[in-house]
Amino acid sequence: MAQDIQARIQNPIIRVRDVTVQFGATRVLDGLDLDVRRGEILGFVGPSGAGKSVLTRTIIGLVPKVGGRIEVFGVDLDAADAAERRGVERRWGVLFQQGALFSSLTVRQNIQFPMREYLDLSQRLMDEITMAKLAMVGLKPEVTERYPSELSGGMIKRVALARALALDPELVFLDEPTSGLDPIGAGDFDELVRTLQRTLGLTVFMVTHDLDSLYTACDRIAVLGNGKIIAAGSIADMQASQHPWLRQYFHGKRARAVMS
Amino acid sequence: MSGDPKLERIAKGNALALCATGTWTASFAPVLERMVADAEQLAGSRPNIFIDVSEVSKLDTFGAWLIERLRRSLTQGKVEAQIAGLSANYSSLVDEVRRVKAAPVIEADAVTIAGMLEQIGRSVAGVSGTLTSLVDMLGAVLAASGHVLIHPRSFRLTSTVHHLEQVCWRAVPIIVLITFLIGCIISQQGIFHFRKFGADIFVVDMLGVLVLREIGVLLVAIMVAGRSGSAYTAELGSMKMREEIDALRTMGFDPIEVLILPRMLALVIALPILAFLGAMAALYGGGLVAWLYGGVDPEAFLLRLRDAISIDHFIVGLVKAPVMAAVIGIVACVEGLAVQGSAESLGQHTTSSVVKGIFFVIVMDGVFAIFFASIGM
Repeated sequence: MAQDIQARIQNPIIRVRDVTVQFGATRVLDGLDLDVRRGEILGFVGPSGAGKSVLTRTIIGLVPKVGGRIEVFGVDLDAADAAERRGVERRWGVLFQQGALFSSLTVRQNIQFPMREYLDLSQRLMDEITMAKLAMVGLKPEVTERYPSELSGGMIKRVALARALALDPELVFLDEPTSGLDPIGAGDFDELVRTLQRTLGLTVFMVTHDLDSLYTACDRIAVLGNGKIIAAGSIADMQASQHPWLRQYFHGKRARAVMS
Repeated sequence: MSGDPKLERIAKGNALALCATGTWTASFAPVLERMVADAEQLAGSRPNIFIDVSEVSKLDTFGAWLIERLRRSLTQGKVEAQIAGLSANYSSLVDEVRRVKAAPVIEADAVTIAGMLEQIGRSVAGVSGTLTSLVDMLGAVLAASGHVLIHPRSFRLTSTVHHLEQVCWRAVPIIVLITFLIGCIISQQGIFHFRKFGADIFVVDMLGVLVLREIGVLLVAIMVAGRSGSAYTAELGSMKMREEIDALRTMGFDPIEVLILPRMLALVIALPILAFLGAMAALYGGGLVAWLYGGVDPEAFLLRLRDAISIDHFIVGLVKAPVMAAVIGIVACVEGLAVQGSAESLGQHTTSSVVKGIFFVIVMDGVFAIFFASIGM
């Protein structure tokens, strides 16, 4: 068991080293290091505008970096050729902050889109898997023929998660999955992420502001500040930290309410 | 242990074990589906069939579902087929898919003749709706203008100037270039054909009347419909999609006054200016070709032009411009506000804004031709 943990620490699923991202003269990320271990749910927190989404987008490859190195599944994404990159992309799923569902496709077509592109499946199997994914994210089968504009905010998040999970990825990026959900819905969502992580053996990289999510869903927490990781560790480590922002965040009125 | 997936049949006395081995994942899904379909034939052949998954090295939702599908087909009456040898890692996944109900069959809408006729009928019936909404918008814009006339402080000058820059100033280069080329072409074709009758000089008459009265303003209006009408529709449409227009309304602003009036006004001011510039560029181009290609020197060209056209032609051309601008603007704004939630809808309405805009511009031009002919201009 101890060996197993040791191996997981030594072979992280995402390895970010010395990454720097700059927009014009503003340096958003400044020599940032971060490891995400296989099978864990990593909560990624930090003040608004600190660059949490920027780091997520940099790892996924949507934002160019000035310097540094990012390895996902042990593949250096800068050195990878197109085929290797596609291989990596097939193994991760991304849930965007606003869902980013294709507005001209129905829920069913949205979920089947990655399957159709990457796998050679029969329509029957795709329909059945779509149903399975919808059931996993807690949606009723009736929504399949609806368009994204006919869904509520929480349903959009769930469908987007189902789409992110369509290819059974090993790694999912969740960008503020519970923002805009009511507390009960958010709690369900945390529970859902936990269940999926257990059943599918997922690794989850979750950007969040939600204290509840941090307490209930996350195995480990990383805190971003001044373009670097200020602290990484369990929730207990965070509470013990003396960093002023962390003290405020984890000992503020809201945090006390969550803990009690 | 890993490798290609297999489903072996092992008879054990009265029972039959279907032993799944290898990697049961999405990448092997087509093979898996065929194997499962074959195995489904066995249903009912033995009193007891069970599925042994102890040798499966890797399982994902796709594999788990196919095993579940097989289990369901093998289930006879009340005797449920069992899954044996499930490791703890995968049992929760299999439990998860077990809860899934069978997918409803979704049939694509078949294309039938009746359906096509229905479509045609609906679009014909929709024409009156289009006209109503245009008149509706015209009324709303007039009402908003009235309100602004009474309360001049509520007029949005900055916005109007901004849109004027977009639709007028920035359109000048392309409009001048295209009308210049059209002038050249009209002149060249005129000279080429008129020369057969030795009537080269009449090309100036044709160019003058055509450019000042019809083509100039029509061409510019069509270009403006394509350039600015589409932009208006796309802007308003995406604002509608992101609920920005609803937000305006809830803050007590009239979207017509805030968004549409400045755009309309900018267009109504811009089009006559652009039509004038376009006409000048076309005359210049035509004159240049007449000189270089037809040997009509500039002095003769100008003299002839002064004789051939009267100020009436010029006025007829320019009077049409603001009306056409209003038509383009109203069509663009109606279409923009009709956008629904999807990107596809935005595309459809932008297309239809340009198509309808150009159509109404040409219709208006015809109406004007009849009108001016009857008053003798």
